[in-house]
Amino acid sequence: MAFVVDMLVHATPLMITGLAVAIAFRAGVWNIGADGQFIAGATAAAWVGVSAPVEIRWLALIAALVAGVIAGAIWAAGAAWLRSRFGVLEVISTIMLNFIATYGASFLVRGPLQEPTHVYPQTSGIVSGAHMPVLVSGTRLHWGFVIGTVLAAMAWWVMKYSATGFKVRASGVNPFAARSAGLIDVSRVTTIAFVVSGAVAGMAGAIEVTGVTFALYENISPGYGYTAIAVALLAGLNPLGVIGTGILFGALETAAGTMQRNIGIPSTTASVIEAVVILAVIAIAQLRANRVTRTV
Amino acid sequence: MSDVALELASITKRFGQLTALDAAALRARRGTVHALLGENGAGKTTLMRIAFGMLRPDAGRITVEGAERSFASPTDAIAAGIGMVHQHFTLVPAMTVAENIALGGRGRFRPVQIRDAILALSDRTGLAVDPSARIEDLPAGAQQRVEILKALSRDTRILILDEPTAVLTPTESRELLQKARELVSEGGTAILITHKLRDALEFADDITVLRRGSTVWSGSASEATEEALVAAMLGGERLNTEFEPNAGTTTAGAGATVLSLQNVGVRDTTGVERLVSVTLSVHAGEIIGIAAVEGNGQRELLRVLSGRMKASNGEVRIPPVVGFIPEDRHRDALIQDFSLRDNIALLGAGARRGVVNWTAIGKRTRDLIQDYDVRAPDELTPARSLSGGNQQKLVVGREIDGSQTALVAENPSRGLDVQATAAVHTRIRAARDAGMAVVIYSSDLDEVLALAGRVVVVHAGKVSEPPRQYDSIGRAMLGLAVK
Repeated sequence: MAFVVDMLVHATPLMITGLAVAIAFRAGVWNIGADGQFIAGATAAAWVGVSAPVEIRWLALIAALVAGVIAGAIWAAGAAWLRSRFGVLEVISTIMLNFIATYGASFLVRGPLQEPTHVYPQTSGIVSGAHMPVLVSGTRLHWGFVIGTVLAAMAWWVMKYSATGFKVRASGVNPFAARSAGLIDVSRVTTIAFVVSGAVAGMAGAIEVTGVTFALYENISPGYGYTAIAVALLAGLNPLGVIGTGILFGALETAAGTMQRNIGIPSTTASVIEAVVILAVIAIAQLRANRVTRTV
Repeated sequence: MSDVALELASITKRFGQLTALDAAALRARRGTVHALLGENGAGKTTLMRIAFGMLRPDAGRITVEGAERSFASPTDAIAAGIGMVHQHFTLVPAMTVAENIALGGRGRFRPVQIRDAILALSDRTGLAVDPSARIEDLPAGAQQRVEILKALSRDTRILILDEPTAVLTPTESRELLQKARELVSEGGTAILITHKLRDALEFADDITVLRRGSTVWSGSASEATEEALVAAMLGGERLNTEFEPNAGTTTAGAGATVLSLQNVGVRDTTGVERLVSVTLSVHAGEIIGIAAVEGNGQRELLRVLSGRMKASNGEVRIPPVVGFIPEDRHRDALIQDFSLRDNIALLGAGARRGVVNWTAIGKRTRDLIQDYDVRAPDELTPARSLSGGNQQKLVVGREIDGSQTALVAENPSRGLDVQATAAVHTRIRAARDAGMAVVIYSSDLDEVLALAGRVVVVHAGKVSEPPRQYDSIGRAMLGLAVK
């Protein structure tokens, strides 16, 4: 039971950032910056959570989550604007923004947002009204996991059934045909998808702060936004699939920690397994694609 | 040394079913500019690719300076003293002039030596370039000079220029051609691939004309007349019997104006004028044919008419949705990885809001599959798995069978077999009879004449409407006075 709880707690940020990456990739936007957007969201949520004047439950929590969403969206919007206005490759700009977010958060927890004793590189704890309610009492499992699952289901529905989702998919697969045959404003659609992707990643950061850490630390993300790429790809960019692959990666990382503590197997073994899984999935997908083209 | 620099004799080349070259021949004398003329698809570029070792002929002989040669690759051709400047730039934009010229050479890259060599060559040929400039910062004319210097830098005695003026402004073009004349005065040989009759007559010593893969005329430029060359390029008799000659003349009675352009101009991103003050109106129930040689602005004209491109100036009046059948089906008309149903859903996707009614679109797709005789198992089949003809039938159905009142088609039968072509033509005529305003461009003049009641010619971005006759249209396409 403890393992299942840990696994789902670990899976939550991976699942939601994985969803963010899947949304962007579906639109043909190579958002490698989910990590930066996650940190931006976590930072904004912590700032609001610490300085929230009222202890009213829900209000402080919602304010913190909204702040995280907005911060993540803004973090992505910078790169989205550079992309649509100047054609700057988002792969490069988002990676750079990751560094800015990482070290920006470092600066804040050692400077303006540092806890009052100025001993630890972290913020004060967020007010209790900003804490995410626990899902199963007596455990660490919080409602963030449910929020992530619902978000993924919503994204799946939008992609499959809505006009907007169709525009996103068409623009991502073949922007030329989307423009010429569909008269879709591809630049607008991809920009929106990019910003939404950032908002979702920011939400993941806010959920992590309000549900797990209750404060902003240095290195709040051990690279969630990068693992998210693997989570999204392994799910075939399907938002529903992200729930499954997010849990799988959560399990691997939880197990890695346990194995290292209990029987001394290096936790990096999990990274090796993750890489092997991804390679296998990509190879199988490619083999299938080859078989299709050969029979035609 | 032989007087003949390059001789190509009885060159035949097939690509599957298609015979691109059928016993084509060319004899370029030393110290001359030799023009290779022909319409689009006549086989000019294919013949020169064979001379440059990029393609191997199925039959025929290549003789360079008296010695018979067989080229396995361009490296062999370069070693034999042949250089080629391709129609599209083959330079690396982010690299400097010196780096680009050195690219493909062997051994170490010695910047100073390369620079000196370029400056010396530049001095000798009068082709001025800055070796340290980056390609992406240079205008098209300067890039073309770099291409030529690159070709000349390998001890080139025979230089092939494939449509070298296609991307240049008129002034740059003249400079370039004059430069070609100066180069051959030192004993080199230039072969100029072109479809511009005037350039050939003015700048070449000898002319060879290709039509449908065969050499149909060759001789000295001083003996050539415009009439003789036009007749050779376009053919005295009709070679293509696929189309009914006058099927397009029956216009169902022109109705209201549906598409209208008033003094419309289009500039491309580099500021070159692609369309100049075009005025054109298309009425309901008529097919207007567009005839043009590649690169004269017809691409832009079709896109402005179909609302796929914005005009730089002038007044454009078109309905909100115009059916458009683009030339590049794979890129612009279909999403190969999507199902047929999802491809049908592309129509009007930009304006669609809310929830997609997949049931209705699925039914519509099944109806189109049936009505347009698309051979596909069901509407969820990926577009990729259909043959070109079936894909095109689906596209035609999508672009005609809806609320559209106008249709713009660009090479609608490209890559299709005879049956599929006939099916597409029948549909386009039916659309006209149903009252659509139709504009069709084809690089095959026969196809234009088969479908269109009126033919409008685009030359150098300007439109004109010559008499609906093969010869008059042909002359107008080449920018000659129409008699």
